[in-house]
Amino acid sequence: MIGSPDVVAFAKEDEYGQTSPDPWPLPEEFSVPLYPLADSNPWAKTSYAKFTKDFILISEFSEQVGPQPLLTIPDDPKVCGTFDLNYFSLRIMSVDYQASFVGHPPGTGYPRLSFVEDSRVVLGDSKEGAFAYVHHLTLYDLEARGFVRPFCMAYVAADEKKIMLQFQELSLRFSQASECLKAGNRRAFAKELQRKLRDLEYTHSVLQREEGLQREAGPQSMYSAHAVEKANELANVEKSIFEHRDLLKQISSYHRRPRRDPHAVTCQKCVDECLSECEELLNKYAKIAYPCGYSEKAGKGEDGQGHPRGQGEDDDDDEEEEGVKRKLSYTPQLIKAKSAKCFDKRLKTLQELCDKTFYEATVALLKETERSFRGDLCYLYTRRLDKALQRKQRVTAFLFEEDLSEDDEDELGTLRPFCAVNHAVDNYVLLNPPPIVLTPEPHELDALERPEHLDPASETSVTQESELGLGESHLESSPSDQTLETQESSEETKGSFSSDKSGVGLAEMQQGLVSMKSEAPDPDPDSDLTPDPNHNLERESSSEEMETTAGEDEGETGGHQTPVSLLEVVSELEANREEECEGVSGSELLAPIDTACCMAQEGFLYEASAPEAVPRLCQNSHLQPSQTLVVNQEPQALLPLQDDYTVGSPCSESPVTGLELPSGLLGDAVSRTSAEDGSDCTMSASTGSDQTASPLGYGAVVTLRQRKKAGQGALRFVRQYPFAIQALWCLLSGRTLVVLGADEGRVRRLVAALALFVPAPGKCGERVQAWLSCPFTLTDLQRWKLIGLQRVASPLGSSMLYSLSRYSRYISILDADQTTLRCPPYRGQLLTNIADHRTYIRRGSTYFLHLQSTLCHLAAKAFLFTFTHHLHLPVSATEGPEVVESRRRCFLQEQLGLGEEDSQILLYLSQLITQQYLQPNGSSAAAPSFSFNYTTSILYKI
Amino acid sequence: METYQTGQHFISASRFGVLCLQRCSSTRLGCNKWLLDFPVLCIGEEQPKNCFTELQVLKGHFDIVRFLVQIDDFRCASAGDDGLVLVWNVETGERLQELRGHSQQITAITTITCKNEVTLNTSLITASSDRSLSLWDPDTGNRVQTISDLHSSVKCLLVLERLCVWLSGGEELCVWNRDFQLQCQRPNHRITALIELPKNYIAAAMDKKISKISADSSLSVAEIRCLSDHQDQIRALINVNDGLFASGSHMGELILWNATEWNLLAYEHILWEESQDYNQTEIRMGAPKPSEMSIQHLTTNGNLILAAVGSGLYVYSVQTRSVVAYRKVAHDSNVLHTMLLSDCELMSCSEDGSVRMWEIQDLPLPAEPASSGFFGMWSFGRSNKQSGPPSKKVIDIPNIRMLELTGDLIGHSGAVQMFVSFTEKGLVTCSADHLLILWKNGERQSRLRSLALFQKLEERGGL
Repeated sequence: MIGSPDVVAFAKEDEYGQTSPDPWPLPEEFSVPLYPLADSNPWAKTSYAKFTKDFILISEFSEQVGPQPLLTIPDDPKVCGTFDLNYFSLRIMSVDYQASFVGHPPGTGYPRLSFVEDSRVVLGDSKEGAFAYVHHLTLYDLEARGFVRPFCMAYVAADEKKIMLQFQELSLRFSQASECLKAGNRRAFAKELQRKLRDLEYTHSVLQREEGLQREAGPQSMYSAHAVEKANELANVEKSIFEHRDLLKQISSYHRRPRRDPHAVTCQKCVDECLSECEELLNKYAKIAYPCGYSEKAGKGEDGQGHPRGQGEDDDDDEEEEGVKRKLSYTPQLIKAKSAKCFDKRLKTLQELCDKTFYEATVALLKETERSFRGDLCYLYTRRLDKALQRKQRVTAFLFEEDLSEDDEDELGTLRPFCAVNHAVDNYVLLNPPPIVLTPEPHELDALERPEHLDPASETSVTQESELGLGESHLESSPSDQTLETQESSEETKGSFSSDKSGVGLAEMQQGLVSMKSEAPDPDPDSDLTPDPNHNLERESSSEEMETTAGEDEGETGGHQTPVSLLEVVSELEANREEECEGVSGSELLAPIDTACCMAQEGFLYEASAPEAVPRLCQNSHLQPSQTLVVNQEPQALLPLQDDYTVGSPCSESPVTGLELPSGLLGDAVSRTSAEDGSDCTMSASTGSDQTASPLGYGAVVTLRQRKKAGQGALRFVRQYPFAIQALWCLLSGRTLVVLGADEGRVRRLVAALALFVPAPGKCGERVQAWLSCPFTLTDLQRWKLIGLQRVASPLGSSMLYSLSRYSRYISILDADQTTLRCPPYRGQLLTNIADHRTYIRRGSTYFLHLQSTLCHLAAKAFLFTFTHHLHLPVSATEGPEVVESRRRCFLQEQLGLGEEDSQILLYLSQLITQQYLQPNGSSAAAPSFSFNYTTSILYKI
Repeated sequence: METYQTGQHFISASRFGVLCLQRCSSTRLGCNKWLLDFPVLCIGEEQPKNCFTELQVLKGHFDIVRFLVQIDDFRCASAGDDGLVLVWNVETGERLQELRGHSQQITAITTITCKNEVTLNTSLITASSDRSLSLWDPDTGNRVQTISDLHSSVKCLLVLERLCVWLSGGEELCVWNRDFQLQCQRPNHRITALIELPKNYIAAAMDKKISKISADSSLSVAEIRCLSDHQDQIRALINVNDGLFASGSHMGELILWNATEWNLLAYEHILWEESQDYNQTEIRMGAPKPSEMSIQHLTTNGNLILAAVGSGLYVYSVQTRSVVAYRKVAHDSNVLHTMLLSDCELMSCSEDGSVRMWEIQDLPLPAEPASSGFFGMWSFGRSNKQSGPPSKKVIDIPNIRMLELTGDLIGHSGAVQMFVSFTEKGLVTCSADHLLILWKNGERQSRLRSLALFQKLEERGGL
């Protein structure tokens, strides 16, 4: 078994060079990992969660009331059941992620915004049966303490493995959502600042005038308490102006700040827009250094404003930011110097904090995320495998596979920045992850304030991770990302997966492998930030050590908190480095590691699979335990867990395609429609109507779900009609099949079932016409390969029959009413296994998969045939076309074992592949060509 | 049941046989009642000799497409009642140019080749019912020259390459030079066809007469002689070879003329008179109408003259001055255009919407009454068993051979007006259903596609 970790691992241990590597390694994504623990039942339901399905929870750490849940997606109380959201919010938000330094860093005069990267943590509570991927983010709020409002988004599931193994995708998706929120937030924040600045300047001008008046009133009273107070006030306001101006500068510099987070891809246009906006503001307020244009209106505010101080002054020194937090209201108003009490004010809601469009876009994105993670791990995993395989066969995928083009970019390594305002779709960024810096570069550290070396263990764990994570991918978490483990969970649950622990857990599972793996030739020896040639030596020994000590080590190293300002220097340096590394093709791997963990010494480590880039590594990799849950079986059939989610292809579903019932894969019995599924089956009310049977011809993308549903119809067709094989052959060999019948529903159902067999049906089933009630022409035959035709007894009907007879040489006619089929005889063997009317397959979905595999096999053969040069073209100049022809026939008959009729299938598929290859988008000025042959048809009856 | 007769040489199908055919053809589709005029002759679906296994439907016209001209070895132009002229690439099926300018239907189209120092430049001359003439550059789609406000619309065009002039015929005969300048003009003709004869003479068909007109280098036209042997309107006029030309009339007269001596060489009156003897009223109503004998079209390859007579085909040998082969009912309706592909292969298209390919075969020996060849003529695919008693009664006729249907092309839903063959590159047909169809050899196309595929593969350096 190539995929077996043990064998390969031991082979690797020998030494490189000695064992020759497998010349035909199976690409990583195709190997089926074994379930690691033979004794455990992979299907065993371990969870006793109080909620029925996964959901997304957004919580906030409110400075007034503490952690509180804000909303869940899906937004339905049923989802959470008896699950205590408040308690869970407390758990996930009690990670004091925001313990960053705010206020004045030493050496700067103004309060600083902390630019905090998001942190990603996996938390668990086995008592509750809940595990969560938690994504912390910070939004800016001028009125909040330290200007920041901590939020978190959590993906809550009952299956810890699901979270762990989907970490990569979760992280990607949530990063997108987070970026979107933050983009909106920055706008809102800039606007708020602008308002505030205007107010402050107004206040300033008013105060200046007042002071001037006082001074004029009498020099003798110059040093009166009142005058001092006024002067203080004025100074305060001035300071406040500077502070706010500085804040504005900071927020506008946000974008120029190099991101350490590889997933933080932002829409360039949004960024540019926001930047220019900010700059505009900055310019505006930089000009008015000492504004003095407000004199005329100053009197108005004076009565309300002139004497309100009293308590503010004494705080000035120790609480600089108090000035910032003074209450303000809009339309140039005087700023009350009264410092707001924390509990008096109403905190802005999330909607207010972010621009409305951005907020809505984020929610939509999260909904999509939730949908795409529906289903159990096996299902997700199989689907991913499926997609990986499908991507491998891009040339032929158009034949029988559903369209992948929409949802593949994130898995391809390109990440589309999610943009709330729908900026250019072409705005793709290739996700060559910028190197994630685990620790600042050593010499930089020396230059800064980390004199001591990392201790070996942590360093190796670093290098280890850097390798596992494919070279450049380390994430440096800024000191403000410190992650706290929720303490209580450590005893009662094993499931608090904060960084290291998960690493440890993984390491435990495959202790041996790690060390062996580390011997594997490193494809990118310089991958670590510490280009230490010796680090290889240490690796093996330390890897075991890591599991025991890593936590502490991480804690120690992380214990050093780099002040933000310094960190920014570091991050700039890193940014340079990132630019250097840009060209290195890495995978999208992420190893977010919190080196800086201030309390629980739990950083977190995560390795995700590293496809393609290191096939060598992958064979025996380290990653395998993470894939071991996948068993090569049809998962849904066996797994009762979370069955509400099991249907369909969550990814590709859009609400548009709602023509069908949500058919549970667990049976064809009609579905338990959960409320969340509503979006998938918007029209489920149309149950039993004809449309449900035929998803085709409505211009909507044919989804996997519809195809699976059609599988049932196809199975029925195959079992019911003895001449099904001939009909299938017609479709597969490119002969247009006309389904003739009087009953629309019946014809539509037949067409929907048979559409599965139409090669290259088009994204929306363009090659299929489900119901036609007028005579067709030759162009129709050319366009449609499967036509449902209404039989009418009228003059129109006779002209229709006339066209049927006229074009009879191009078509096969399946008469649904008389159950006859008129088509050329088929005697081949190729289709017997999909058209066996005594098949033991009972379920549509099973049949669909069976069919898929057969068709895939066919497509592979057709691919081989198409791209084998000597089967189509002469090898030498002396060869005539007859030689080529005979060679082709020989290949088809002897090597592929296909008879005459079976060859026609292959020839047709090959022709389609050729056309597709030559004109990928069908973008040709020329009319499509239509091939046929002159053969006699015979009439099949039941 | 068929009868071959000597003397007037025709085959007539008996009522029984025809009925039988109809029954066969209708059973073939599982329906008995809905077509009395279903193709009389049907080859069935198995056509091993038919190499046109791929087609492209070319759309672009809005009305009947009547004319096709070949521009060079890969382009052709189509013109029709919508006044549009479209230039097509036959290899790819692309529409290259759209020549717009005429407001009414096109009545004649021809190519004119200008020889530059380097290149041969082919242009198109079109005449339309809007009484205008235009010269087009098919490469750019530009209208290079145009003349409007003619006295009458032009019915036919003739280019005299040698004299660098071209003629337009209609109510009047005009001679033009390449720059569209009128050289001379003769009114009061009703010219329907023009051909070029040796020694700068021109034959013009005018109603029942053929005029010999000299168009010498002085660029004046003068009627020299008039031939009036035809009893009816002349429908077709062709050059056979250097010394001969032929004309066909509405009532079925085929006359072979000596082009130099200007005298009648042979007269053949095609009469399907036997058909009247049989009572065919159920199928073909009444006596043959004149149109059934009308010579719609003549083609020749120098040795043979192929005449489209009504819905039949008639092959006449120039050397032996006799009919070689014929088929009275070759199509269900009038044959509109024919072509001799070789000495034994020909093609015809008809108002019934089909194009048929024929082979001139020797008749089977009488000793083998139901030989495959003859049988094949009436083969209807699998429904043969119902076709009643096998046809026989072949009367051995010296010199006469038979036309066997080797294939048909069905695609158009209206009358096929014309076709142009690009030999191996395919065949273009145009039809009253506003479409052109490009028929191709599927194997050749697939070979070409494979070639393109591997070229692209090479360019890309892999998949």
